[in-house]
Amino acid sequence: MATYGETDRGSHSMDKSIVLPPDEIFRNLENAKRFAIDIGGSLTKLAYYSTVQHKVAKVRSFDHAAKVGFQHESDGDPLYEISEQEEITARLHFIKFENTYIETCLDFIKDHLVNTETKVIKATGGGAYKFKDLIEKKLKLKVDKEDEMSCLIKGCNFVLKNIPHEVFVYAKHADSEFRFQNTHPDIFPYLLVNIGSGVSIVKVEAEDKFERIGGSSIGGEFSKEDMAKSLLHMISNDIGQLACLYARLHNLNRVYFGGFFIRGHPVTMHTITYSINYFTKGEVQALFLRHEGYLGAIGAFLKGAEEDNPNQYCWGENYAGSSGLMSVSPELNPMQRTRSGTFDMLEMDRLERQLVNLPLLFDPSSYIPDTVDLTEDTLAREYWLCCFEEALDGVVKRAVASQKDQPGAAERAEKFRQKYRDKLQTLRHQPFAYGSLTVRSLLDTREHCLNEFNFPDPYSKIKQKENDMALKYYQKVLSSLEELSWEEKQLALVRGLLAGNVFDWGAKAVSDVLESDPEFGFEKAKQQLQERPWLVDSYNQWIERLKGPPHKCALFFVDNSGMDIILGVFPFVRELLSRGTEVVLASNSGPALNDVTNGELQILTERIAAMDPAIQDSLNEDRLTLVQSGSSSPCLDLSRLDKVLATVVRERGTDLVIIEGMGRAIHTNYYAAFSCESLKLAVIKNSWLADRLGGKIFSVVFKYEVPSIAHGQH
Amino acid sequence: MEPNGCLCDGEGCPETEDEDATASRVDAPCSMVATADSEDAPPGGAGHRERRGSNSTSARRRLDSLKRSRPPFPWFGMDIGGTLVKLVYFEPKDITAEEEQEEVESLKSIRRYLTSHTAYGKTGIRDVHLELPGLTLWGRRGSMHFIRFPTQELPVFLQMGRDKRFSSLHNTLCATGGGAYKFEADFRTMADLQLLKLDELDCLIKGVLYIDSVVSSGPSECYYYENPTDTEHCQQKDFNLENPYPLLLVNIGSGVSILAVYSKDDYKRVTGTSLGGGTFLGLCCLLTGCATFEEALEMAARGESTRVDKLVRDIYGGDYERFGLPGWAVASSFGNMMCKEKRDSVSKEDLARATLITITNNIGSITRMCALNENIERVVFVGNFLRINTLSMKLLAYALDYWSKGQLKALFLRHEGYFGAVGALLELMNSS
Repeated sequence: MATYGETDRGSHSMDKSIVLPPDEIFRNLENAKRFAIDIGGSLTKLAYYSTVQHKVAKVRSFDHAAKVGFQHESDGDPLYEISEQEEITARLHFIKFENTYIETCLDFIKDHLVNTETKVIKATGGGAYKFKDLIEKKLKLKVDKEDEMSCLIKGCNFVLKNIPHEVFVYAKHADSEFRFQNTHPDIFPYLLVNIGSGVSIVKVEAEDKFERIGGSSIGGEFSKEDMAKSLLHMISNDIGQLACLYARLHNLNRVYFGGFFIRGHPVTMHTITYSINYFTKGEVQALFLRHEGYLGAIGAFLKGAEEDNPNQYCWGENYAGSSGLMSVSPELNPMQRTRSGTFDMLEMDRLERQLVNLPLLFDPSSYIPDTVDLTEDTLAREYWLCCFEEALDGVVKRAVASQKDQPGAAERAEKFRQKYRDKLQTLRHQPFAYGSLTVRSLLDTREHCLNEFNFPDPYSKIKQKENDMALKYYQKVLSSLEELSWEEKQLALVRGLLAGNVFDWGAKAVSDVLESDPEFGFEKAKQQLQERPWLVDSYNQWIERLKGPPHKCALFFVDNSGMDIILGVFPFVRELLSRGTEVVLASNSGPALNDVTNGELQILTERIAAMDPAIQDSLNEDRLTLVQSGSSSPCLDLSRLDKVLATVVRERGTDLVIIEGMGRAIHTNYYAAFSCESLKLAVIKNSWLADRLGGKIFSVVFKYEVPSIAHGQH
Repeated sequence: MEPNGCLCDGEGCPETEDEDATASRVDAPCSMVATADSEDAPPGGAGHRERRGSNSTSARRRLDSLKRSRPPFPWFGMDIGGTLVKLVYFEPKDITAEEEQEEVESLKSIRRYLTSHTAYGKTGIRDVHLELPGLTLWGRRGSMHFIRFPTQELPVFLQMGRDKRFSSLHNTLCATGGGAYKFEADFRTMADLQLLKLDELDCLIKGVLYIDSVVSSGPSECYYYENPTDTEHCQQKDFNLENPYPLLLVNIGSGVSILAVYSKDDYKRVTGTSLGGGTFLGLCCLLTGCATFEEALEMAARGESTRVDKLVRDIYGGDYERFGLPGWAVASSFGNMMCKEKRDSVSKEDLARATLITITNNIGSITRMCALNENIERVVFVGNFLRINTLSMKLLAYALDYWSKGQLKALFLRHEGYFGAVGALLELMNSS
């Protein structure tokens, strides 16, 4: 490749200038251990493991036992205590830089490396041998070489399993060149075509079962400008053809392409895609990986970290600490180019729990959580990017307010603003940076950035206040329901659920109202609701269904705290319980906006149970269960849920899924198909979105669905 | 990872050897006996054949009908490829005195011109060693001649056709190859000739089957390399292609087509690759400044590709045992050329050889995959890339044998690049 010549020259006169301060690149070095390095022909990839200390929001119930019966008095006592505690989590760091920086980087690492337990550095890649002495001299670590191919495959398995939008197909002429693929629940078997200076074709059948089934010596060399393109075409085509022949012979239809010959190069990706499509008559698609360059480093790292059991955990890409997929043409985004110099980072956080598919998905392999892919929908993208940018001031304000008495909150909030604004800016130029751009990914990126600057739960106090207030109305709501006929009551319950869902600080239209009118109440919210027929209205079918036998068990993904959960969800759940239906309430594991967390919900449920014997009995009889979803997002990815939830759902014979709220039922899962009955309901609290759906603000979506035998088409 | 091309070393100048071998065939024309012998005798042919004509009237009737439907002379078949035009000419040798008298001047002039020369202009060549004498075609005895010239010289050829008033004899010419389409208008305007355009793959298979059948009684048209993995004992051997099916037919011209042939009329194009003979010559011209295929091959014969290519042992210091890759296998074609010092130390000959090895190995590798996918063990390589190119043939034989662990057999045909033109000639019967 053309860069080769330059690199060779460069390595003789080590370039000492690094654009970014190195501590923003090699983060957390003071807690780092287990190093691995993959040195290729032009790029070095460094990997390490660090422990990250950061704040988490905790709620703890006060001892209210003595006060039972007095909660209604407005004595100003909050019903639970909020605290922020330091917690230690594990993080994986992967940094990619040009070989010219190796010496500088090694010096920096040596100066900042505190952990003395580290004795060995795993190394792979062609350059590992060349730089062995330098690494050993600088870092005083013993270089332990690992086989390149097995590292590559270990790394590939890891990203396929842990990064949802890792895989994409390349479509040159489409609105978005990158079409991210849903990761199949079972990643095996697949064909990996690694194109470096030569080509290796490897069939991977299981974690530790792989075989090099072929290759070619024609790989990515040559340079002269006028011939380069022709050679590139020729070589890409040739490789594509061989890959197809091997795929056909071994009956594989997933073919991933990697190696430095590809590395985000659009002409190469296009030619290979074209060639694969041509030679297989469209039966096989060429697949590319977003973190293809890191595979070797990840694999080498995993080999050295076996005692930490990294493969037993689930990991998640941290959008705050990862550079994302670079634009293929650097001039497209000069800003990021100058900001990060030639450094590229990937950070992965260890998740506290194993994440799995919801067992009730109709077809897990075709499930796509997000309703709109903003990489393909330019108008929607423009709108949402602006929307999130406009909302930024409010979020910053809220973050500062949540930590009024803590030092440095204002500065940290400013840093958060800067970081998230930069991310939005990056996404404007490279919507594909973290896979498909979606409302969910924008929200998640914001949560990651907030956490990065130690704002674990900016809405904690608001949630506390609203929960407090809503609890006071709980019994009043119950008694007003008692006066109604069965039919009236069912509608009132649904309207209550919808009215509760109006209280959403995530929606700008609502947060403006709530900000200016703190007294905005449950009744007022009901008045805002659209009258029937709703925008999407299958209420009649739902009522007909309720006249039939009760469901065995309902799984309810709840949304906001306050009015929503207490005055909307609980009365509705209570009715289900009274019909003899068991209920599993699934709430977020970690905070996101004003969504109720599992910790909060436990306390709230306790409080409600104390007032309401029906709830108390259901808890005692284990007919009402609280589980955490495993998510910390306002949206919901049903392919990444807490394993415990999946077990409970299976054990209870769940036959009804209820999903509430814009984030979970509109932005995501609107088209999700289940193998059982489902109810998706939300109030559209965004006029742009309402307009798009053909309605007005506060339009109601009430979507009740029964799986047909020949399900599967939306 | 591919054989590095050193395997064919130690044989001095393989091309000359090949030339010698074929040249000896030219000296033994008597062994070429026409297959149509039992069918009938040529009309007005040599007296000693008369005895065979008396046995039935039906034979005579057939002969008469053949005579009527037989196309007028001259008999040509043409294959206009991306680089070369291949011309096959049937020269009747049983011309009676009466016929000779009637033969128009233009026909005589064409026959004399073609048969009395072995080179035409600066670039036209008659491959004398391939000539098939004593052949009977449509009841006429004669010789089949094989002529080639660069496609870019086609205008000169057309001019000559015009000068020799070819169109007064025939106004249709059987032609195949892409050029039959590309140059159709030129034939019409420059030489007043209509082309009967024929599919090149149909012609190719027809030609292969025909040639193989007519030379079955002499030294075999088809041959292979015995012990291809043992350079010391690697030897060219005749092969009997009597029961050819199924076979994989790999035609290496400027580009490459790979066909799976199941019977005379049942075949499919499995795949192809644009990396063919044209790629080899094109790259060689760029890398070495050479101008002809012959020159490129001569350079390749003297070069050393392991100086250009990066071998497994250059990376691993030996074999890559985990995956059973021997140290001598090529890991990266031209891979050493990313390093400036190595770039400065290679010769043009090295580059030519590396190019030849790269292209050949790639064809071998695609062919092997196709053979496995189609479940065919016999592979016949044809096409002008193999002309005077023993290096590639031995490498293909080696690669197929080595990587298939002896499962696949690489076969070659002496008339390498002429089968399309032969197939076109055979269509002449259907042209009128």
